[in-house]
Amino acid sequence: MTIAEGRIGYDSNAVRPARGTVFLALTGLLLLSAILSLAIGPTGVSLQSLPRAFSAAAGYTNDASAERDRLVLIDLRLPRTLLAAFVGAALATSGAMMQGLFRNPLADPGLIGVSSGAALAAIATIVLGHGIAAPLVAPFGIYALPIAAFFGGLVTTITLVAIASRRGELAVGTLLLAGIAIGALSASLGGFISYASDDRELRDLTLWSMGSLSGASWQKVLAVLPFAVAILLVVPRLMRGLNGFLLGEAEAMHLGIDIERTKRLTIATTAAAVGAAVAVAGVIGFVGLVAPHVMRLISGPDHRAVLPGSAILGATFVIVADIIARMAIRPAELPIGIVLALVGAPVFLHLVLRRNISGGG
Amino acid sequence: MLEARRVSVMAGQKRLIDDVSLAITPGRLTAVIGPNGAGKSTLLRVMAGELKPSEGAVFLDGADLRHIPAARLAARRSVVAQSTMLSFPFTVLETVMLGATVPAFGIRDDDAAVVARDALAAVGLANFEMRMLNQLSGGERQRVHIARALCQLATAPRPDTETAALLLDEPTASLDLKHQCDVLGLIKAQSTEGRAVMLVIHDLNLAAAFADEIVLMAAGKIVGKGNPDDLLNEDLLSHTFGCRLRVVSSGDGGRLILPAAITRRMIIGAAAE
Repeated sequence: MTIAEGRIGYDSNAVRPARGTVFLALTGLLLLSAILSLAIGPTGVSLQSLPRAFSAAAGYTNDASAERDRLVLIDLRLPRTLLAAFVGAALATSGAMMQGLFRNPLADPGLIGVSSGAALAAIATIVLGHGIAAPLVAPFGIYALPIAAFFGGLVTTITLVAIASRRGELAVGTLLLAGIAIGALSASLGGFISYASDDRELRDLTLWSMGSLSGASWQKVLAVLPFAVAILLVVPRLMRGLNGFLLGEAEAMHLGIDIERTKRLTIATTAAAVGAAVAVAGVIGFVGLVAPHVMRLISGPDHRAVLPGSAILGATFVIVADIIARMAIRPAELPIGIVLALVGAPVFLHLVLRRNISGGG
Repeated sequence: MLEARRVSVMAGQKRLIDDVSLAITPGRLTAVIGPNGAGKSTLLRVMAGELKPSEGAVFLDGADLRHIPAARLAARRSVVAQSTMLSFPFTVLETVMLGATVPAFGIRDDDAAVVARDALAAVGLANFEMRMLNQLSGGERQRVHIARALCQLATAPRPDTETAALLLDEPTASLDLKHQCDVLGLIKAQSTEGRAVMLVIHDLNLAAAFADEIVLMAAGKIVGKGNPDDLLNEDLLSHTFGCRLRVVSSGDGGRLILPAAITRRMIIGAAAE
């Protein structure tokens, strides 16, 4: 009896659908969700008004109802949909990259301190912006918060990388532990500042920490555009390297990967992507965990499928969650973080349990 | 030729390898043996380019490893580490294909799959390609990683004049007797096909049976080097391993190296029958 015969009934063969088919289906879902996001809203303006909205935008029509359609569709829903897609894609891709780098499917973009640094900077801006830091914050107006959040995240990540580097080599284990320490430190400092805040500031803080896309505008879309382009340019160059990392750092080196370059590029891309996402939409969880996880279940752990697939899937998740967020209790809005956690947590739990039953697949 | 010249590796104040020079030549299988902590694996990792030596340097066809870009190096040497953990659900075929799809060789997936299937057949895992790696036994996984290293060298674009080196750290440690012989036969075939093979191994009998050259290490130094016949003498080995070893006849004209503590027990067992 050969080894293979001895294993009859041991159903462990993997099924991998063709990558092209998967991408086609995912892209279809994304387009569908984007169209829904344009068509659905509390004002009741539907997609049929789109031609009129465009003609109003181009200046051909100027009656009041066409102008209203233009406002709702082109100035509100379209940038909001684009921003949702960016935030979802950025968070999901970052999550997938961190999971590859740390070789842990539960790793989160927050591990490299971007979220905690951004949160601390946001808290400081909201609370101290009205007080001692007013001269610093006032010139930036409504953009003070996103700018502060972005740089807060970036500074924290740079600090962490500096701590974890020895003689030009980045120790991933140290990075992880230092990230936890810095996260705790930021949280306690943030707690300290919010302890001193008044009721209105506290409400602003809480809402920011739950995430929202209600402030979407074309300015914000333009602001994240360079980050979207950068992610599109850099991520394809990291896919093979991260595949090597799944075997371990030494094996990645044996396979011909410049491991230091891969580590630094991955962390820099993640810091920029998450920083930009947090800056425009606040803290949004679960996308970075769930989208890559679903993608791995569909097509296996190869990053050449997982990274682009997660980006499309993450964009779809956030667009759909945002539709729910603005329709569930209209005319008011739910924070999108609540929607994602409400839907994401049970889905994630289901995935973890299913994974255990199937024996780690 | 893959050559370490006067290489030392320090870990804090401790010398893991002390002034070691060793050349691995194409067409030969060089086995490195020695007691635990002798520095065998450290030497292999230095020669793989994974560890930077504190002193000395490693040269591949005369070029310092530190000056060879990672992807170029990967085309000329592959490594099977002592243990490789894969924390994501790859299939067997996908794991082997990593050897061809991770390096910047420019190989299409379809072509890589053909080579990967050949490599799997060579290690006796032809029907395993769609199995999940993390559901295989330790010995099966070890053979998958050997197939991955073979796939890397087989797909790499490389002129015939360049040395292709295969470095293996105890590849037979978790294999049963049949697969120990099969895998070592396969590794031996790699050397006769012209590859420079370095093998760190604990089993002295396997080393003696398959190696062209044996390197004996102890306490970070090379204490003996030569062909199996010269090197495998009772006194040198007993002294190096710190226990009494006997070279005994295998009954079919061959020899076996065994600890005296075991040969004594075998005699008593036979007498009791």
